[in-house]
Amino acid sequence: MGKKLLTEHFGVQGIQQLQVYKQHGGYASLEKALKKTPDEIVNEVMTSGLRGRGGAGFPTGRKWSFIDKKSGKPRYLVCNADESEPGTFKDRYLMEVNPHLLIEGMIISSFALGAHLSYIYIRGELLYVYHILEKAIAEAYEAGYLGKNILGTGYDLELYCHPGGGAYICGEETALIESLEGKRGNPRIKPPFPAISGLYNNPTVVNNVESIATVPAIIAMGGEEYAKIGIGHSKGTKLISACGHIKKPGIYEIELGLPVEEFIYSDEYCGGIRGGRKLKAVVAGGSSVPILPAELILKTEKGEPRLMSYESLSDGGFTSGTMLGSGGFIVMDETTSIVKNLFNFTRFYHHESCGQCSPCREGTAWMEKILHRILHGHGTLKDVDLLWTLQKNIDGKTICPLGDAAAWPVASAIRHFRSEFEDFVQHPEKHLDVKHYFNQIEKKELA
Amino acid sequence: MENKQHIEFSADALALAKKLMGRYPEGKHKSAIIPILHIAQSEFGGWLSPQGMDYVAKIMDLQPIEVYEVASFYSMFNLQPVGKCVIEVCRTGPCWLMGAEDIVNHIESKLNIKVGETTSDGMFTLKTVECLAACGGAPMMQVAEKYHEDLTFAKVDTILNDYQNNTKTPISHWSKDKIKP
Repeated sequence: MGKKLLTEHFGVQGIQQLQVYKQHGGYASLEKALKKTPDEIVNEVMTSGLRGRGGAGFPTGRKWSFIDKKSGKPRYLVCNADESEPGTFKDRYLMEVNPHLLIEGMIISSFALGAHLSYIYIRGELLYVYHILEKAIAEAYEAGYLGKNILGTGYDLELYCHPGGGAYICGEETALIESLEGKRGNPRIKPPFPAISGLYNNPTVVNNVESIATVPAIIAMGGEEYAKIGIGHSKGTKLISACGHIKKPGIYEIELGLPVEEFIYSDEYCGGIRGGRKLKAVVAGGSSVPILPAELILKTEKGEPRLMSYESLSDGGFTSGTMLGSGGFIVMDETTSIVKNLFNFTRFYHHESCGQCSPCREGTAWMEKILHRILHGHGTLKDVDLLWTLQKNIDGKTICPLGDAAAWPVASAIRHFRSEFEDFVQHPEKHLDVKHYFNQIEKKELA
Repeated sequence: MENKQHIEFSADALALAKKLMGRYPEGKHKSAIIPILHIAQSEFGGWLSPQGMDYVAKIMDLQPIEVYEVASFYSMFNLQPVGKCVIEVCRTGPCWLMGAEDIVNHIESKLNIKVGETTSDGMFTLKTVECLAACGGAPMMQVAEKYHEDLTFAKVDTILNDYQNNTKTPISHWSKDKIKP
């Protein structure tokens, strides 16, 4: 059993209530943090080696250190709770089960940044979680953890929750800021970065739920202790959202560095593949990261065991590696059609493109159309090459990373499963009627 | 399906809207537009008519176009009339792997409508949506604020019968009992 820093109290009855949360050590980190200086907290988080848990993996402490303190403008902390990356459901779970952990993290982090107004931007579909957070925030105000002169320290903070309206793009930090300002979620051109000019053109830090919820643990144990967990530049624990064709889908908190094979097959985690089938492929970090076939997800190209860490998963670059991303771990068994799965992902990116940049707006539409054609038995070998060219013309050519995120699944699917695409276009009749997913009857038998 | 809407917030909704506008710095109350549109959708029978959006513009002191352009960008806002219960089935990646297409087909044949349509009694509208962050409970669907996970045909039948028997007035993402100042 690895260390549990985020999920330790998930089983506690009533942990959503402030009193119960406090009985289990809650808000002790806040009291400890308020005795430090903001810079000491930033240093602590830097020492911990915590990297952004939303997907990009940028060191959180460094991100904090960029915030403009010289201009004297108001500074904001915004929590990105717009969790929408397919395969990822950890933040929803965390906020629903233990809202005060996020709130405590928000207060400490806001204090470290010198923010007096902070927001939790939560995706609109999660309005039921919004109401849970609202209730918890009201309790925190009542207890003197929010508002004026927090715990008599003279520090003031207003914290509000803000729901979105349903748009994947608002998980991108500048689109999120636009949306929070009451506009369409069109990403901004960077620079200027939000740390200089973000919400209402003031210095802003945007952090993922899990990153912020980790801060109380870092304060409690100290950055140096935290950095002892994990491997290499992958420090600490990470929530993995495991889903797809596994026996035990769910949220698992792992110490970074756990072997992928153990994660998939051990009964402590995913419990292996359903129905005793063989593993075909894994998308390890949310739908945007490259898909890897079984042999490359279990071992690197050099033949070393692949580990659940930023470095090991990206070993081999995009030729034979992938990314840890958001930790959305999608497992596919031998019955899965990679072509149909890719159509599904591509349709998603087309639907979610904000339409601002031509390569993404037009390119995602064309990729979906071509895959639709292939799926209906009208594809040709040239279509496979066309898809390859198309994705190359999107990757790196857009304002925000949605373009890249749409291109990578296409590139990796063709790179690793080209023969399946070729077989599909040459012998469509073989693939058209294949039941690639469990139908309901079959599912019942396996359960 | 109610085409004629009563275009005015209840006293509670109006007070809540005012409270939400106060959560942003002075002059930045436009920020509250999305939360207030959710409340409007709940108040106005599950969808936003041009008149409903104009009303939001009026109480927020914004130009109507500022409201239209936001409402039309986000997928949760229905700009056409809908049934009392909107069924939103997740169709993305992990849910698809676990049989979301089967679930959609099952609902279509059970309710005798296609995706995007409303039943003739005005009870259900069927939509497919992109990933709702519940992949561990795939396949899943959302009805109003509630997530229904680990769906099977039998479970879907029970859920839909339940809504059929117990829904008297339209339900929405922002549930009516949470519209309090």
